Amino acid sequence: MPARFTPKVVTANALLDGDAVWLTEDDRWSPLMSEAELITDEAHADLRLLQAKSRASEIAGAYLADARLGDDGPEPVHFREAFRTRGPSNYAHGKQTEVPSRT
Amino acid sequence: MYVYNDFDETFVRTRVAQFRGQVERRIDGSLTEDEFKPLRLMNGLYLQLHAYMLRVAVPYGTLNPAQMRQLAMIADRWDKGYGHFTTRQNIQYNWPKLGDVPDMLEALADVGMHAIQTSGNTIRNVTADHFAGAAADEIEDPRAIAELLRQWSTDHPEFQFLPRKFKIAVTGAAADRAVTRAHDIGLVVVRNDAGEVGYQVIVGGGLGRTPMVGKVLRDFVSKADLLPYVEAIVSVYNLLGRRDNKYKARIKITLHENGIETIRDLVEERFNAIRAGFGGYDQTLLAEIETSFAPPAFVTKATDGYKAARLANPAFRSWTDTNLSPHKAAGYAIVSISIKKHGATPGDATSDQMRVMADLAETYGHGELRISHEQNVILPHVHQSDLPAVYAALRKADLATANIGLASDIIACPGMDYCALATARSIPIAQQIATRFDALKIEHDVGPLKIKISGCINACGHHHVGHIGILGIDRAGVENYQITLGGDGSETTTIGERAGPGFSADDIVPAIERLVTGYLSLRADPSETFLQTYRRLGIAPFKTLLYPSEDKADAA
Repeated sequence: MPARFTPKVVTANALLDGDAVWLTEDDRWSPLMSEAELITDEAHADLRLLQAKSRASEIAGAYLADARLGDDGPEPVHFREAFRTRGPSNYAHGKQTEVPSRT
Repeated sequence: MYVYNDFDETFVRTRVAQFRGQVERRIDGSLTEDEFKPLRLMNGLYLQLHAYMLRVAVPYGTLNPAQMRQLAMIADRWDKGYGHFTTRQNIQYNWPKLGDVPDMLEALADVGMHAIQTSGNTIRNVTADHFAGAAADEIEDPRAIAELLRQWSTDHPEFQFLPRKFKIAVTGAAADRAVTRAHDIGLVVVRNDAGEVGYQVIVGGGLGRTPMVGKVLRDFVSKADLLPYVEAIVSVYNLLGRRDNKYKARIKITLHENGIETIRDLVEERFNAIRAGFGGYDQTLLAEIETSFAPPAFVTKATDGYKAARLANPAFRSWTDTNLSPHKAAGYAIVSISIKKHGATPGDATSDQMRVMADLAETYGHGELRISHEQNVILPHVHQSDLPAVYAALRKADLATANIGLASDIIACPGMDYCALATARSIPIAQQIATRFDALKIEHDVGPLKIKISGCINACGHHHVGHIGILGIDRAGVENYQITLGGDGSETTTIGERAGPGFSADDIVPAIERLVTGYLSLRADPSETFLQTYRRLGIAPFKTLLYPSEDKADAA
């Protein structure tokens, strides 16, 4: 039996400002990971990554990141991805101050 | 200081114009990221965790006040009002927008600066002793040769696609403040038996995942031979260095795999083949460059006021005890401005602080500033009589921390707060250690201690050569910090020894505290430094300090 597939999200950096963004089910790039499409099928994940990479004039460096379903949508599994949803820990810069949370 | 000639000016402006076009083509979709990436890296532009990052070269760590003010202006106009000084004497901006970068590069060109070759498999910014031209123990100012190397290496057609990046450091003194033995090439100014000035050439040093101390390739290379000799080394490496494995591509591995004798023979052969081709033009150029680094017109003034201020103000006295170094000119001092206030991010300066430092350099420092690889800013030429005024201005700007060379003067890379390569955070660990030692009020009693933190195996934070080194790794999805002990980045360069299992983010600061307070009871007397105690006793008693419970378990 193949190993169980860990759910994924497609993430990248926005081309113009480098901000971390996630691919939504309706093909937007959202600055909020909670709005991302949580992908539970490996073949679908590969397809979505290919589609993301083809949008070269919007983003750079697309990849699949492990995620899990939280109360408010997809959440990071690894601390690196958690930092990308917030910003640096030494200053109140980045998403933690600049992106309004989804209400 | 060196001022761009017409050639430099035209070259840098042309490069900015090219990059402007490349950015436009990337934004309009004509270039893919794969096509654009090597172009942006050639111009120092990285894509990090939260944003782009622009790395600007500060050649051999030297800045004039106008350049420092321009760095402040760039921080205000296109970034978040601060800059981060790095362990290779560069400055990094953490939040530029792609479309603004050509304007930032244009603003740099306005003051004779650039971001060329601050990335990629090229010869990087040539670094130098931050006390160059001022240090009492110096044979000769190494910056003229560093500038010659900068001109030679910039866009050198043979060396744009080396097997891997290539770093050169130079020092003019026997006391090594430029970590020359941890560079691909380290150059140390020496005198031969005839009293002539030349260079000891060290190759194959480096940190990263395979740390190695550089080896002497030649004890003495004359000034006239230096450029062809260095070119011969890079040329031999360019052909011999491995391109099949990124982790085995640095010259330290080439040297290790082929042996220093083979490399030496190949370099001599290449050197003899190319030497004549230089035709003396490099020496004409060097002579011109040397005039730009003539010492400033030092003045003679009474120093009574300085002595009186020291007696009257204990805080000023403490600052002069830690933050000054001996100057070659009578009545002068080298001032190290700590960019390491307890609890602040090591190496970060606000635009206001940059302007204050620029003003001080202009008013009291013969117009010179330096960036040190230890992430501080230096005023290399300050007359002692001006020190009370300099100190007062630094205090007002929150820049008067008296901790140079002490436990809280920590080198830390940006780590996972910014860097896409990092495996753990560095900055919060540095902040917590510095805050803890400030609360304990023991760092002046502890004395000279170098703590260096890297957030990944690439070792930008020089952890291998810290008296106490800390390496942040990802251990099963959790940040974990390994400690190395006994490292040394000076003329007696030593790679630190791994102490044992790593510590969690919560446990690392108490572990460092146990090491340092434990050292106070281990040292023979207050004059014996941490490193000297370590060398006398070895790692065992320090392991006992780090892992006390295991010791008890063994005894039970």
